[in-house]
Amino acid sequence: MSGPSKYQPTSAIGKWFHERLPIVAFAKDHVMDFPTPKNLNYWYTFGGILSVMLMVQIITGVVLAMHYTPHVDMAFASVEHIMRDVNSGWMMRYLHMNGASMFFIAVYIHMFRGMYYGSYKAPREVLWMIGVIIYLIMMATAFMGYVLPWGQMSFWGAKVITNLFSAIPFVGTDVTTWLWGGYSVDNPTLNRFFSLHYLLPFVLAGVVILHIWALHVPGNNNPTGISVKGPQDTVPFHPYYTLKDGFAVVVFLIFYALFVFYGPNYLGDAVNYVPANPLSTPAHIKPEWYYLPFYAILRSIPNKLFGVLAMFSSILILLFLPWLDTSRVRSGTYRPVFKLEFWIFAVVCVALGYIGSKPPEGSYVMWGKILTVYYFAHFIIILPLMGLLETPRPLPNSISEDVLAKANGKMVAAE
Amino acid sequence: MKKIASILIAGFALVGMAHAEAEKSAKPIGYSFEGPFGTFDKAQLQRGYKVFKEVCSNCHSMKYVSFRNLSDKGGPGFTEAQVKALAATFTIHDGPNDKGDMFDRPGRASDAFPWNFPNEEAARAANGGALPPDLSLITKAREGWHGTFRQLVSGIGGPQYVYSLVSGFEDEPPELAKEKPEGKYYNPYFENGPWISMPPPLSDGLVTYDDGAPNKVEDLARDVSAFLAWTAEPKMEERKQTGFEVVIYLAILAGLLYFVKRKIWRDLH
Repeated sequence: MSGPSKYQPTSAIGKWFHERLPIVAFAKDHVMDFPTPKNLNYWYTFGGILSVMLMVQIITGVVLAMHYTPHVDMAFASVEHIMRDVNSGWMMRYLHMNGASMFFIAVYIHMFRGMYYGSYKAPREVLWMIGVIIYLIMMATAFMGYVLPWGQMSFWGAKVITNLFSAIPFVGTDVTTWLWGGYSVDNPTLNRFFSLHYLLPFVLAGVVILHIWALHVPGNNNPTGISVKGPQDTVPFHPYYTLKDGFAVVVFLIFYALFVFYGPNYLGDAVNYVPANPLSTPAHIKPEWYYLPFYAILRSIPNKLFGVLAMFSSILILLFLPWLDTSRVRSGTYRPVFKLEFWIFAVVCVALGYIGSKPPEGSYVMWGKILTVYYFAHFIIILPLMGLLETPRPLPNSISEDVLAKANGKMVAAE
Repeated sequence: MKKIASILIAGFALVGMAHAEAEKSAKPIGYSFEGPFGTFDKAQLQRGYKVFKEVCSNCHSMKYVSFRNLSDKGGPGFTEAQVKALAATFTIHDGPNDKGDMFDRPGRASDAFPWNFPNEEAARAANGGALPPDLSLITKAREGWHGTFRQLVSGIGGPQYVYSLVSGFEDEPPELAKEKPEGKYYNPYFENGPWISMPPPLSDGLVTYDDGAPNKVEDLARDVSAFLAWTAEPKMEERKQTGFEVVIYLAILAGLLYFVKRKIWRDLH
């Protein structure tokens, strides 16, 4: 936020309070007056959608925790108690379990939007890296939440994923024993997962505040990727973006509601309605859809240790993205080669997810390997080289010039 | 270390195992409760309850359902008096009393459905080593067919799975006759099949309906699978009703927000 605050307390009490804690001025500067580029499109509304989803998850989660019992003999029954006996318990539970999927849909769109418009480039590297940390915390939180209903896939998913840590040389077994609180996934594991699943969303909320702070220092990127040059390029956040984001949030909630009320179990796995049984392995263990691309990468490497390393690297490599992309042009709109390759990369990610949902046999194995290689090549070969070799299209002089040109273009077309 | 490594390898190997899919997809029969406005057919649920009580409950438990649920809104629609009476036909093992003894008493509406067996071991012993699964959630825990798109359109086919399983016993194909394990039956709809420990549970006319509805094997199977769809998702009608109101409300709100947003942005350029 640049410049002095426009907030002037009018009442005597307001003035007294403002001199002691200028929180109202802070809120006005950052929520109401914050200068925001006037050309943000609807892909930019997913940040607001994500804040809403985080709140929905915390509120429904706190209510669920009032009725849930984290014990291996009672967890499954307590979820059924919520579904059958608690007033509107079924709604809280379905909102929460589908909310996790919606959260990931929104975060994936948000991340790909950032990649397309080069939102990770200077001066927004820290903003992007905090985002990657948020994503990691989300994944850990969702994983532990999935274990809590203590169905078959909860148990076996927990077993397979925690077992990944046994691949660490020398101390792997000790690490898994420490994670489980015993020699297998059992009651201590369920207890600590519940504790952490309750804790991490609040950590997440804290890191989200850092994310927004890091956003409000340089201000928003925008679809042209050119920096704001003056007040003619921006509008105050309220009412322009409160309404645009608000509209997008409600449309997203409709999409969410269709799943919650008309297909609440579509995104889940039927096997998780069978109570956990350590003696009976389900025929087809697979994680929730939002982990599938990484699961495919894990399975594409024949060596266990390197598979685990590849899986973690595939996420951690995002931290280095600001330096791997050598192009000085931010927005993909003005990068003809990048624009094409971006969509290839997006398709590769979706295809990896498809491979992750299939048993590793036949041609799925080969495709898994090819796509894994492409995934990493995109970051460590294609992006650095493309930035050096590609000739970008000419950039507009300013955001407002671009907006005007588009508006005129539309008028000409309309005539 | 070795043990854990082997568990991990087993985990990966299992992922690679063939799907636990039945030889045949479930028969795609229709039910009144399908679609965004579908509701349960109360008479059908009452008939299905009778099949459950007279046939399934001999071996299967239904521990997440209580008698009182039978008079809940959106269910089979028994009256409270009927529920009291039918609960009393069950014997509940209760206690200890003030002398420290366990005792048997007639069921009350607040009791959960009791199981015919005192424990899992007894159930296995009486069923050739196989454990009859609890039926409370069975139609949500079994898939009648697969495919991302098909399940989006038609659901997972859980009730159809139950219908096909209990009505789909066949004589084994001659080429498989040699493999037939002792005391098992051939059922191409069974997901861990085709050999199943459950004997064919239904036969034409096995249950006589109070409303005189037809009671061939297919009718009994359809009614009991509908009943089990209700036990798995007892709040389905409330859910769809609420969903309708929520979506209408949000759609109006979205429309209003859109026009306000347009009005505010209009004068900008």
